[in-house]
Amino acid sequence: MNGDLETAKDATKLRRIAIEPVTRVEGHGKVTILLDDQHRVHQVRLHIVEFRGFERFIQGRPYWEVPVMVQRLCGICPVSHHLAASKALDKVVGVQQVPRTAELVRRLMHYGQILQSHALHFYHLSSPDLLFGFGSDPGPRNVVGVLAAYPDIAKQGVLLRKFGQEVIRITAGKRVHGTGSIPGGVNKSVSPEDREELLRPLPEILEWAQAGVRLVAALHQQHQDLYDHFGTVPSSLLSLVAKDGSLDLYDGVLRAKDHQGAIIFDQVEPQDYLTRLQEEVRSWSYMKFPFIESLGPSEGWYKVGPLARVQNCDRIGTPLAEAARQELLAAAPGHLVHAPLAYHWARMIELLHSAEVIQELLAEPELGGSELVGKGPRGGGGVGIIEAPRGTLIHHYQVDDQDLVTLCNLIVSTTHNNQAMNEAIRQVARQYLDGHEPTEGLLNHIEVAIRAFDPCLSCATHALGQMPLVVELQDPSGQVVARLSRGVEPIG
Amino acid sequence: MSDPKNTFSLDGHEVPVTAGQTILQAAEASGSWIPTLCHHPEFEPHGSCRVCTVKLNGRTVSACTTPVRAGDVVELDTEELKGLRQNLVQFLFTEGNHFCPSCEQSGDCRLQAVGYALGVTGGHYNPLFPSRRVDASHPDVLLELNRCILCELCVRASAQVDKKDIFALSGRGIDKQLVVNAESGRLADTNLALSDKALSVCPVGAILKKRQGFLVPIGKRTYDERSIRERDLDRAKEDPQ
Repeated sequence: MNGDLETAKDATKLRRIAIEPVTRVEGHGKVTILLDDQHRVHQVRLHIVEFRGFERFIQGRPYWEVPVMVQRLCGICPVSHHLAASKALDKVVGVQQVPRTAELVRRLMHYGQILQSHALHFYHLSSPDLLFGFGSDPGPRNVVGVLAAYPDIAKQGVLLRKFGQEVIRITAGKRVHGTGSIPGGVNKSVSPEDREELLRPLPEILEWAQAGVRLVAALHQQHQDLYDHFGTVPSSLLSLVAKDGSLDLYDGVLRAKDHQGAIIFDQVEPQDYLTRLQEEVRSWSYMKFPFIESLGPSEGWYKVGPLARVQNCDRIGTPLAEAARQELLAAAPGHLVHAPLAYHWARMIELLHSAEVIQELLAEPELGGSELVGKGPRGGGGVGIIEAPRGTLIHHYQVDDQDLVTLCNLIVSTTHNNQAMNEAIRQVARQYLDGHEPTEGLLNHIEVAIRAFDPCLSCATHALGQMPLVVELQDPSGQVVARLSRGVEPIG
Repeated sequence: MSDPKNTFSLDGHEVPVTAGQTILQAAEASGSWIPTLCHHPEFEPHGSCRVCTVKLNGRTVSACTTPVRAGDVVELDTEELKGLRQNLVQFLFTEGNHFCPSCEQSGDCRLQAVGYALGVTGGHYNPLFPSRRVDASHPDVLLELNRCILCELCVRASAQVDKKDIFALSGRGIDKQLVVNAESGRLADTNLALSDKALSVCPVGAILKKRQGFLVPIGKRTYDERSIRERDLDRAKEDPQ
């Protein structure tokens, strides 16, 4: 644990290095590092500097607008927000279980989303580090460089993503920011022609997805010490699992394990999330810090996302992905894998799983059914939880009797990983930067650790009205004559 | 060749005209589209949005209200007039709070469709972001004043067809807004019925039947399959005014 690196004991006379923006991630963030004259690291923070406000301005809007509006939080995983909001609002329109066709269409949309987002992250954003080396020449260390040096891998990445986007277009109406899912169900099913269009490239997609898993597994085996220890900090894990314990990225119950793999809680229904999870704010970031309530804010942080999911579940229901999962588990017999770089491995296992699930869903006759929307007694609110590409995504709404939203709480995947990312970069700073003259290559190590979590910083910074603020009025000499603060914890 | 005694010039082309036709009617009958927002074929022309502005013998007029006579010279698609119409639509976007990405009328909205047809790719002017109400008091109808463009179609429909006078405009200039005929100011306290004509004429997303948003998928919405130009001209052909 590197909690001592969150805030330097004495920040005077320290040199400040800022990595801004952090590159090859979604959204805008920066890392600040405070070093002394001997290049010893005293403070490392990942700051989320964007400012959104969805939780506030969704208030007063009609509930049926919400799934379409909130997905604008993100251009990479809008489907996850679209579906999490729809699932929450299913309860408002009195639907506990949407019609079978609606469930199949939503699942297809979601697994298309997972596939495209994972492909984007691995091939476009992270593969340059993994294929060329963290400290390699920054010139070609990007997707164009990958295209030149490894054209087959880059091409597969582009086409995998394209396939996922097509799944989304067919189910949601548009590749980005569609309208397919509505409270209570969906507004369209999948036609036989569309089904054919998606089935045609599937054999190649499955082949490339397996090649992706093999590539990451091989990288781990070739550089085992690096991949096992780079930024590794043990923590608890959180994810949805199906009620039978298998991997389910669309629906299920919450399960948390401690860093050794013991269950902290299991079978927690989504609407009870507040009994298990809490959030705190810190003065230096717009992103909240969630924690497991029973463990408290300092010990209760956890990881979400692919690495958490493949280890939190008891099994994966599709054969190729389950075999790949067993290989990952066998790499760390008897204990959980906490290495941030293993996220890439887990992510590619999920990409393969998504391709397999899409194949299964396309074989379902009811995917083209006509019963699209359910009905039931009107409710006052609901919670929708989904496993977005980056991790557990929670949407919680209350709606008044005039159909307007009165409360919106979003806990976004990257927010869950906030502490985990900060811990990882502090560990990397300690492992690689401490005592060394910082170079671009060394600083990229910090970014590599952040990228492993595939953060979406624009999704994660949405806490308008809840972030801490300090306003100081200074006289011309710089003396503070008045100070107002809200929600700021003491620093130092 | 048309008989010059019964034609007028529309952008240099001789177009037939019959007595009493407005410029809009004569243009549509000849297959020329003129964009409109406050116009509705079932109601008397209003001429308030000015999006149908053309030049008649060198003078700018609204095509929906101005009669045309044989021998007149009408300019429609000049660069100057196209720019003017774009500006008028941009003003409407600027004055209200029109967020197409999350609006349930997207794809069904006349303002959005006219904007696309006129090549309006952005607001251009700094948005005013006015503070306007959402009246959700009625159990089945939502009044979203952020999107109202003051076309008065609901006012006319309620007065002329429904015979109820539920809607009116109140205030002056930039403060002008749609109000409802109830002491409380709430839609729930009017005698609005779901079958009222006033509910089906709003060209934007200001008067909406509740719980209908996004039921129609992308690809099947009003302007997904046929453009506003095609729809207006087909309607004019089927129902010559």
